[in-house]
Amino acid sequence: MATEVRVPTILREFTGGEKAVTAEGPTLQAIIANLDANYPGIGGRLLDSSGLRRFVNVYLNDEDVRFLDGLDTAVTERDAITILPAVAGG
Amino acid sequence: MLRIRQDLVDRIVEHARTDHPDEACGVIAGPEGSDRPERFIPMVNAARSPTFYEFDSGDLFRLYKDMQANDEEPVVVYHSHTATEAYPSRTDIALASEPGAHYVLVSTRETGNAEGPYELRSYRIVNGEVSEEPIEIHDLQNLGS
Repeated sequence: MATEVRVPTILREFTGGEKAVTAEGPTLQAIIANLDANYPGIGGRLLDSSGLRRFVNVYLNDEDVRFLDGLDTAVTERDAITILPAVAGG
Repeated sequence: MLRIRQDLVDRIVEHARTDHPDEACGVIAGPEGSDRPERFIPMVNAARSPTFYEFDSGDLFRLYKDMQANDEEPVVVYHSHTATEAYPSRTDIALASEPGAHYVLVSTRETGNAEGPYELRSYRIVNGEVSEEPIEIHDLQNLGS
């Protein structure tokens, strides 16, 4: 059950330059764990001790998962996950 | 070096003045790999703050989807500082996530919403390192040179 995950430029160092990879798992949390197993270190850029990092946006299809079920959001192989770092500053 | 048209510089400054005292923010997209800023895309500062900016996450998704469909990338990411100099703050450096972009900063501390002198400077921010770069401003007639 492989789901497409679109990776932003700044995280392609973990995926050997690939802009889209696949991952398996029934929830976003499982998908991220699977990504980290295949691309070590990427998990640490997405998660911190409180869950999904504040300035990383993750979308299930075109919806921000923060408006769905966060890390518990259910994922199928027909979905596409997109990761976009926030554009922000002070 | 940032090579940019005068009309795009004018639009960045105008946006910053309009949104003052909140920080203004936006992107100028250009063809992937060209390093040419062409399409001005002002964004809403979802934080609506004089000291912080953030693109709304939905706006961000649509922006990147559009750029991908157009084979574009963000060549310039700009924002304004309303009370401090046009230099990247620690937060700007920590959150810079487009290593290929020119980060343009404009300061409205001198004039606020009015016309008058402004600071506009450009930087590369890669792996937490800031390096300022010169800006070459040209007008439409000089595009060929």
